[in-house]
Amino acid sequence: MMEKMIFGRFIPGDSVVHRMDPRAKILFVFLFIAIVFVANNAWGYAILLGFTLLVVFLSKIRLYFLINGLKPVFILLIFTFFLHLFFTREGDLLFSFGFIEVYEEGLRQGIFISIRFLVLVFITSVLTLTTSPISITDGIEVLLGPFKKIKLPVHELALMMSISLRFIPTLMDETGKILKAQMARGSDIGSGPMKERVKAVVPLLIPLFVSAFKRAEDLATAMEVRGYRGGEGRTRYRQLNWQLADTLSLVLLAGLTAALWYFRA
Amino acid sequence: MEILLKGVGYSYAKDTPFEKRALTDVDLHIPSGSYTAIIGHTGSGKSTVLQHLNALLKPTEGVVMIGDRKIEAGVKAKDLRNVRRQVGIVFQFPEQQLFDETVLKDIMFGPLNFGVPEKEAERRARELVVQLGLPEGVLDKSPFDLSGGQMRRVAIAGVLAMEPEVLVLDEPTAGLDPRGRREIMDLFHELHITKNLTTVLVTHSMEDAARYADRIAIMHKGRCVVTGEPKAIFSNEEQLQDYSLQPPRSVRLQRDFEERTGLKLGEVSLTEEVLAKNIALAMADGGGSL
Repeated sequence: MMEKMIFGRFIPGDSVVHRMDPRAKILFVFLFIAIVFVANNAWGYAILLGFTLLVVFLSKIRLYFLINGLKPVFILLIFTFFLHLFFTREGDLLFSFGFIEVYEEGLRQGIFISIRFLVLVFITSVLTLTTSPISITDGIEVLLGPFKKIKLPVHELALMMSISLRFIPTLMDETGKILKAQMARGSDIGSGPMKERVKAVVPLLIPLFVSAFKRAEDLATAMEVRGYRGGEGRTRYRQLNWQLADTLSLVLLAGLTAALWYFRA
Repeated sequence: MEILLKGVGYSYAKDTPFEKRALTDVDLHIPSGSYTAIIGHTGSGKSTVLQHLNALLKPTEGVVMIGDRKIEAGVKAKDLRNVRRQVGIVFQFPEQQLFDETVLKDIMFGPLNFGVPEKEAERRARELVVQLGLPEGVLDKSPFDLSGGQMRRVAIAGVLAMEPEVLVLDEPTAGLDPRGRREIMDLFHELHITKNLTTVLVTHSMEDAARYADRIAIMHKGRCVVTGEPKAIFSNEEQLQDYSLQPPRSVRLQRDFEERTGLKLGEVSLTEEVLAKNIALAMADGGGSL
């Protein structure tokens, strides 16, 4: 189950999108999130959808894989769709079935909100799928740089982020290991009544916490013996490199905004 | 209890870009009452095979027979509790699985899960603590207050308390001091004989495999390439080298000894004790001088 989940995962590859500067990608995603809200009619949403598919195509991620990996998200998507479908009471009545009444505006809203949701999930997934966690952190650290002036501990935040990202797979592995060890001792998390299931989580969580704390301590020691003293005066090994493609991506985004304004009702 | 793997293949994260093949067409027969050592280089698929032995992993191809229970690729396996009760696994670094407030409760966790009455579970825990050489006072302590070696013993007791018919050991002594290693391995061997267990030992230590096992299986690149008796396997040094393995120390010493002195000691000596005896015998025959 968890193996198939791709949310927040990085797949190394070689595409225009993979090679982009993480700063450009992060900016791109944040601007895109804002721009999505410009669309307000069928044309606008069609353009958004087309644009998103173009980005996915450029990233060389197979669409089937993306859809398959985001399955849990689709449950939420369907839920929002029906929420809008049933609870918007504007426009003409399309049909009614008992107490369920579907209005034209409801259908419109349902479809539009779903598309909005879909493109947002796709674009953010493309960001995490094509950018290694380390690059994302580097990008964020630089982008947040100006906030150092108001005493925001940018370096520390970035470090915390990269450490937690670094340990997600480790903790996942460990969870799997401990789960198996307890299953071999007859504990069964996947079945039985709710009360039993909750009880079965304890033998999983306690060892996990114990080892997480141990790891944190070891890591702190390891960092200290190698002379880590915070971000001050620290140079970087990985240099960020803004290229033509990065500028072009933002130009493309400007083009998208213009198109959306033009078709806006 | 007998375990049989037929044409077993396994891929991690199947049908994703992360798919990784771990096993290919593994045939392995573990006869009832045998002590089988599975050896192989790091990444050869030993640990993956081991998890098939009590259906923690289901093969993506082929069939696993555990006693008379059949686990088949593509067929949903229901209620594996009985299999898990019969096949106990001591994982690598088992102390990581400790969680309960007291050592006693932790040891009783397994048996209680499998429906053993509380009194009986407690009796087993008290008995095992002594068998594993832990002080009796340890039962009421928190497992997290113990030393690393003691935690290991408690965790092992937690598996033994289930009284499995098949005992599967994954590097059970990794990271212990030499004396602790020997004590624990000897205990497993003693249990193997007295309780008539079927034992499977996954190990990097050729010495342990040679000393305790009566059958050896070599894993290489996800395949089970050779199975046979320890003497046959460890006397074929070329074959071992093909799979990046080395014979145990005593066999290497015997080989060097024979080369230097020209004396023949007969069959390969699987342990230092046997080698010492063979050397003494050969020297007595050969006039006692080198």
